Amino acid sequence: MQFEIIAPDALLQKASGLKNDGYRLVQIGATRLPKRLELTYTFDLNGGLRHLRMELSPTAARMPSITSVYWGAFLYENELHDLFNVHVDGIAVDFHGTLYQTTIKFPFGSTKAPQANPLPPSAKPPSGDATLATTSMPRP
Amino acid sequence: MNSLISSPAHTRNPQSAPTVAEQRTATGGTPVLRGRTIIPFGPQHPVLPEPIHLDLVVEDEKVVEARPSIGFIHRGLEKLVEKKDYLEFVYIAERICGICSFIHGQTYCQAVEAMMAIDVPRRAAYLRSIWGELSRIHSHLLWLGLMADAMGFESLFMHSWRVRERVLNLIEATTGGRVIFGSCKIGGVRRDIDPEQEKLLLSELDKVEKESREITRVFLRDNSVKQRLCGVGVLSRQEADDLGCVGPTLRASGIGQDMRKLGYAAYSDLEFAPITRPEGDSFARCVVRCEEIFQSIRLIYQAIARLPEGEISVKVTGNPSGEHIARTEQPRGEVVYYLKANGTRNLQRFRVRTPTFANLPALVKLLQGCDLADVPILVLTIDPCISCTER
Repeated sequence: MQFEIIAPDALLQKASGLKNDGYRLVQIGATRLPKRLELTYTFDLNGGLRHLRMELSPTAARMPSITSVYWGAFLYENELHDLFNVHVDGIAVDFHGTLYQTTIKFPFGSTKAPQANPLPPSAKPPSGDATLATTSMPRP
Repeated sequence: MNSLISSPAHTRNPQSAPTVAEQRTATGGTPVLRGRTIIPFGPQHPVLPEPIHLDLVVEDEKVVEARPSIGFIHRGLEKLVEKKDYLEFVYIAERICGICSFIHGQTYCQAVEAMMAIDVPRRAAYLRSIWGELSRIHSHLLWLGLMADAMGFESLFMHSWRVRERVLNLIEATTGGRVIFGSCKIGGVRRDIDPEQEKLLLSELDKVEKESREITRVFLRDNSVKQRLCGVGVLSRQEADDLGCVGPTLRASGIGQDMRKLGYAAYSDLEFAPITRPEGDSFARCVVRCEEIFQSIRLIYQAIARLPEGEISVKVTGNPSGEHIARTEQPRGEVVYYLKANGTRNLQRFRVRTPTFANLPALVKLLQGCDLADVPILVLTIDPCISCTER
């Protein structure tokens, strides 16, 4: 796979150029790595793929929206926000973090693995009690 | 229909729409019975087999805006890749969806095989195509039943699911499973088809073809069906392309895009042409799916006739490394798998873009300006699969 590494500022212009050349948006995806967040925008023309890649800081990821060029990108961009904590500016249809209803906020966004939330001693059921104790899910 | 239901936080405030009183003022005192109402559609609805929520902003009986909400069945399956061995993960990939489970597993295997430069035996490639096409037939028959049911065509619903049962029986006879096949693995397939099973496939598919012909002919020639579907929810060629539609939704707007033409599995050896319609309306989307049932049957006949002898799998050693995007054609359209690996047993990233995810923007556009009564029909014409979409 060949990637064209670009800066986030250049994304909109690149996307406009690809749109004018007849490319179709195939997917927008992100990968959380230990020190960075990789964003991949994939486009298709007659079966051939072209990938744009941006590398962002996982703590302050911010991107321009491409919905002014590819309107259907709004779902991908809301997903980037809800799962990866990427702030996307100017989404045509912005769900403001309510597209996915996840127990853990930004499940792919933190570089730290979620810690188990131990029960306080008073909340632990006595041995032999069949009642299940409930715990709140840890939040980053 | 005059009450204004309080909207969720993400919904645009309909207060921007003029009230009846404001319209009366604007028209010089003439009363106008037009106001905006938000009608929640789903997540539980008689026509929805899976949960999706739509906020429908309506003016009288016309939908002026529709906003989807998903996330009711988000399972975080992509995250599981960090904990499961890459060889085991085929089972997770298959469980993304209960309808196109086999093709999910197949696409995952293809991505890993491409990263590890594994050459799958031709017999395994043919068997993958046969099971993939069986999945497509039963998916389209399931959709046809749901569509008929949504239109009140109960008998056709029952008949299409009766025929679908034959396909599920074939899948069970050849793989051992009806929903999750468990027969695809990295490096090939787990099960072979013997000559007796080939004969069974041919004889049963002959019956499926005859019965499906009768059912689809009744459905597509029915006057009520045509009245409900023809000219409704038109998606022009340009719109379908701009919105990134895939699968039958795109092909019904005249664009012959089909990932099987990329030549994965045995498709490079099989002759077929993508089925397209120029109209782009709801009826065209139904015609494409109905025709694809018979196309899939013909593809299976071809594959069985040319099924090569030989091994069905190769031994896999080592761990994957690098990145790859694999694409296949599911019943609902193109599915995209992105995999990233660093040479360990666990992948770094597993990302799935499903066909329904790509078709949802088109649904939002289709619903704008439609009659409220047409909403269930339009939702079903894109054949949504929400489990796939949310993963």
